[in-house]
Amino acid sequence: MSGNGTGIGASVKRKEDTRFLTGRGRYTDDINLPGQLYGYILRSGMAHAKIGTVHTDAAKAAPGVHAVFTGRDMEGVGGIPTGWEITNKDGSKMVEPGHPALATDKVRYVGDCVAIVVAETAEQAKSAANLIDVEREELPAVASIEAAEADGAPLVFDEAPGNVCYDWEVGDKAATDAAFDAADHVVSIYVVNNRLIPNAIEPRAAIANYDPATGDYTLYTTSQNPHLVRLLLGAFVLGLPEHKLRIVAPDVGGGFGSKIPHYAEEAILTWTAGQLGRPVKWTCERLDAFKSDTHGRDHISTAKLALDADGHFLGLHVSTKANLGAYLSTFATCVPTYLYGILFAGPYTTPAVYCEVKSFFTNTVPVDALRGAGRPEATYLLERLVDKAAVELGMDRVEIRRKNFIREFPYQTPVALQYDQGDYDATLDLALEASDWAGFEGRRAEAAARGKCRGIGISTFIEACGIAPSAVVGSLGARAGLYESGSVRVHPTGSVSVFTGTHSHGQGHETTFAQIVSDMLGVDFDAVDVVHGDSAKIPFGMGTYGSRSLAVGGTAIYLAVEKVIEKGKKIAAHLLEASAEDIEFENGSFTVAGTDRSKTLGEVALTAYVPHNYPEGLEPGLEETAFYDPLNFTFPAGTHIAEVEVDPETGEVELVAVTGADDVGRIINPMIVDGQLHGGLAHGIGQALLEECRYQEDGQLETGSYMNYTMPRAADLPSFNINHNTTLCTHNPLGAKGVGEVGSIGVPPAVINAVIDALRPLGVDDMSMPATSQRVWQAIQRANG
Amino acid sequence: MPTVTMTVNGMERSGTVEGRTLLVDFLREHLGLTGTHVGCDTSQCGACVVHVNGTSVKSCTCLAVQADGADVTTIEGLANGADLHPMQEAFREHHGLQCGFCTPGMVMSAVDLANRDSDPSEHDVREWLEGNLCRCTGYHNIVKAVQAGARAMGGGS
Amino acid sequence: MNDFTYHAPTSLDDAVAALRGAEGGTLIAGGQSLLPIMKLNLAAPTDVVSLAGVAGLDGITDDGDSVTVGAMCTHAQVAGSATVQGRIPALAAMADGIGDAQVRNAGTIGGSLAHNDPAADYPAACVALGATIVTDRREIGADDYFQGMFMTALEDDEIITAVRFPVPSRAAYAKFANPASKYAVAGVMVADGPAGVRVAVTGASGDGVFRMAEMESALGDSFGAEAVAGMGVSSHGLLSDTAADADYRAHLVTVMAKRAVEACG
Repeated sequence: MSGNGTGIGASVKRKEDTRFLTGRGRYTDDINLPGQLYGYILRSGMAHAKIGTVHTDAAKAAPGVHAVFTGRDMEGVGGIPTGWEITNKDGSKMVEPGHPALATDKVRYVGDCVAIVVAETAEQAKSAANLIDVEREELPAVASIEAAEADGAPLVFDEAPGNVCYDWEVGDKAATDAAFDAADHVVSIYVVNNRLIPNAIEPRAAIANYDPATGDYTLYTTSQNPHLVRLLLGAFVLGLPEHKLRIVAPDVGGGFGSKIPHYAEEAILTWTAGQLGRPVKWTCERLDAFKSDTHGRDHISTAKLALDADGHFLGLHVSTKANLGAYLSTFATCVPTYLYGILFAGPYTTPAVYCEVKSFFTNTVPVDALRGAGRPEATYLLERLVDKAAVELGMDRVEIRRKNFIREFPYQTPVALQYDQGDYDATLDLALEASDWAGFEGRRAEAAARGKCRGIGISTFIEACGIAPSAVVGSLGARAGLYESGSVRVHPTGSVSVFTGTHSHGQGHETTFAQIVSDMLGVDFDAVDVVHGDSAKIPFGMGTYGSRSLAVGGTAIYLAVEKVIEKGKKIAAHLLEASAEDIEFENGSFTVAGTDRSKTLGEVALTAYVPHNYPEGLEPGLEETAFYDPLNFTFPAGTHIAEVEVDPETGEVELVAVTGADDVGRIINPMIVDGQLHGGLAHGIGQALLEECRYQEDGQLETGSYMNYTMPRAADLPSFNINHNTTLCTHNPLGAKGVGEVGSIGVPPAVINAVIDALRPLGVDDMSMPATSQRVWQAIQRANG
Repeated sequence: MPTVTMTVNGMERSGTVEGRTLLVDFLREHLGLTGTHVGCDTSQCGACVVHVNGTSVKSCTCLAVQADGADVTTIEGLANGADLHPMQEAFREHHGLQCGFCTPGMVMSAVDLANRDSDPSEHDVREWLEGNLCRCTGYHNIVKAVQAGARAMGGGS
Repeated sequence: MNDFTYHAPTSLDDAVAALRGAEGGTLIAGGQSLLPIMKLNLAAPTDVVSLAGVAGLDGITDDGDSVTVGAMCTHAQVAGSATVQGRIPALAAMADGIGDAQVRNAGTIGGSLAHNDPAADYPAACVALGATIVTDRREIGADDYFQGMFMTALEDDEIITAVRFPVPSRAAYAKFANPASKYAVAGVMVADGPAGVRVAVTGASGDGVFRMAEMESALGDSFGAEAVAGMGVSSHGLLSDTAADADYRAHLVTVMAKRAVEACG
């Protein structure tokens, strides 16, 4: 691996940027098909209601309208499936109610799909939707975990008593209880992990087409995983075979988890196009996105940490309640379980860990993965609790962490995971140094002189990324494998097309993967193109989420390149009249070892496609595919430090410094990696300081637009101080771990710990997210009595 | 229905619109200039920012008829052939974009700032970008790109 | 958004005629207040009459004792005006803090005042500075002009042509912005001018801008931050929303008033 120029390790400028910077990106809403009609989805304005007749005659008669379809029309079409079955503590399975694409008997959240109106123009469809009269009987709603679990609470689904979906556990409860019995100190905490709305800047959109001549369906959709959509939509909803259903996810304007799920709108559009025999386009308005894109987080937890007299962690007990929303979205059920409970060892040697999670249906938007997905919730709880332990035991916040770090690898945690590699001291030391932790008290004093309360906070964390080993997740209830495919096609004249089942919606795969292939094959970077996002072009794929693209998808490409090289050696050996075992491949040339006799990759490729002089029995062509199923999760880790100044008069929190020291494994493109870290940090800071999805008790969304849901803006954030210490993942050939979720996982507790540190002199010892100015001011007032 | 005529990226363009047709819809649907994006309905995200008579405005909050007779520049009109505009080049050089969706509005907004201030401070850039939301970059590299782009422009586009 | 008939008159008379001839007509200046509510179908006029082509509504003039700002001046023009910056710097600074850069490039003083959003900034400036709203037919003092949320003294077909601001000896505006919308949660303009000390508050009340008589009196006696710093504001009748409940808003009014006084120097 070369390490400079355009190879692995170089900050190559991105291939995709020219089209994005000149307005030539091709996002779903930029696509228009001949004869296209426009669909508008009528959504429920009530959180919970019985539906009677839906009167559509007036809408059908409105100008330009071609059709109106309701849940009754779609009866017989399959419901929207969920991808992971969770097993309860008692061995029974979770409650899994149906999810009709268009509501039939009931609506269950504000935003639930009720009907689709199809018209010549989008305005006509929307206007006509106002003419639909839905007979409704409003039912009492449950819009929060507290409401859902209350005695006698209304039921979202009759088949889910107490609104419980599952009651799950991980870890050894008896061993954990014993640890608490033996403890010198027990520290307890109650935390709420605030509900978030993802808000990728590109709203969701889709265009479905049906070709009556061939029976082929095509769906353009804003998806992070087009093959997954094809599988779910084809096999479970519409009953279409894969070869008749093509899913294209073109340029996608951010996902952050919200474009993982297979959405009802995708099924409605595709089915409608089939009914009408014409393309139907739908673009979600932002106000509808707030109430129809899956939301994230929304946990309430209590936890306690058992420690010995010296501050060693002996046991951790976590009880969490999770809000799943009104229906089970694609990955909804695994986020608060297998992406959450198994993280509670963190970077610490806690010998006994137990976590139980009870999840609830509520009359709110379905909850699914959002940048970090489960791991931010776990990290926030753990790092808040560790800080609290330090305070209660009178220990230094850094030393209590260092005292409990894991230092021997591989390390088997008490909650299923086995960490392969890491160096938590190194990232901690790096962050302390880079943030001038030692000099903080001087800065605190300087701020105090200006009337500001300055605080510093830390978080040392680990992630489980690169999801996931198929056999492992299968045994835990996943209904799909989580491998990845990669294909490498060397063209006759030596240029290369790379096909990946991952999907880039900002991550820069077209550049990073081209660097890997260009480096390995010794071909010009510009001679490598990466193709993604089209089920008609890519063999198969599981898509992009969970920081998996490089570790899993990149590895598949790596293995496909190795196969290409192996085949090339056979061809070169034939041309050079040598044995394949004697052929070495380096810098794009196949050379007979110890000689200067060689053939270039281009010569070999041309021979493969014009095989006049060719090894007997070898297939022509130079194209290889590899499927890579990871052996383990990957474990990025690091330390984040945040420094804040609070204006005690207004409660405003200014984030003045953020330092990250991260171990993300092998870095292919440092520029892109740092960009991913920046974005994740902003997302995590948004959760800590700004963002909060709020519902009224009746299930109306209180924060339903950018007028009252605070998105991080440029002026809300400082520049970030990013540092790296790399250890390589031991079980994939690239040594890659993952980077996309680091910031959103690591930084929220650092920010809140900093806010609490700032306010402690005022008597404030707790703060929930987001630490808005009002919340901080109120905390100060309470502390003042 | 009204007919509008405006100069878009240096070319005179006309079209028949409704009174309610927004400038962004005229650009995207009538002229096929899909580089200008729509990210919200409440005039806040800034994905739709274009220049009207030399200053940045939100084309989702401007009627096409209001721009009748105006000189409009969109992201498609910024580069000089194959040569990127200095602000576009700065975004590329500093990795000031990821998914690319907010980028056209971000760049057009940045060019307006640079036309007013050839050496904006980090603080000035962050304040100026209040009307442009980005979910990918954390703004870190956008700020660097805007500062570099402004310096490269030398006070004029 | 519902469709409508668009009018582009070139004179005030034609604009008034177009309004009178419409079933449900409305004026559009920069459109930064009107179009967002039309897009949400909170307003659905049959006719939209643009003032962009009407001559004589722009320009900023220094009249000695006062500064007159044309109704079609954008917030950016007011913020960037050497005249405003020189004579009433608080007004320029206030305009520079309205919305975002693109809103300031398009939104106008006349449009903002005609809309009278209870969280807009200009109402506080007009009331505190004792401005006069000049229309096509009369002059209206700021104290009489603002009549509650989205309500003004304007007749249905009346058009603001300019706003005349007396030059104060000192003035400043302090705003605590809603973190999401950036509208004022509590915006306080303090001015010491020809009509004495005035303290006007925007963003805090659903009824729109209001004056703080007690603070004005205290500052009239002794102009300094300490005069208002300890002065509690009743939360009764103040807005309560996701960003700030009434108690917090009341507190912020005091803090912003104090900061505005401090900024007066």
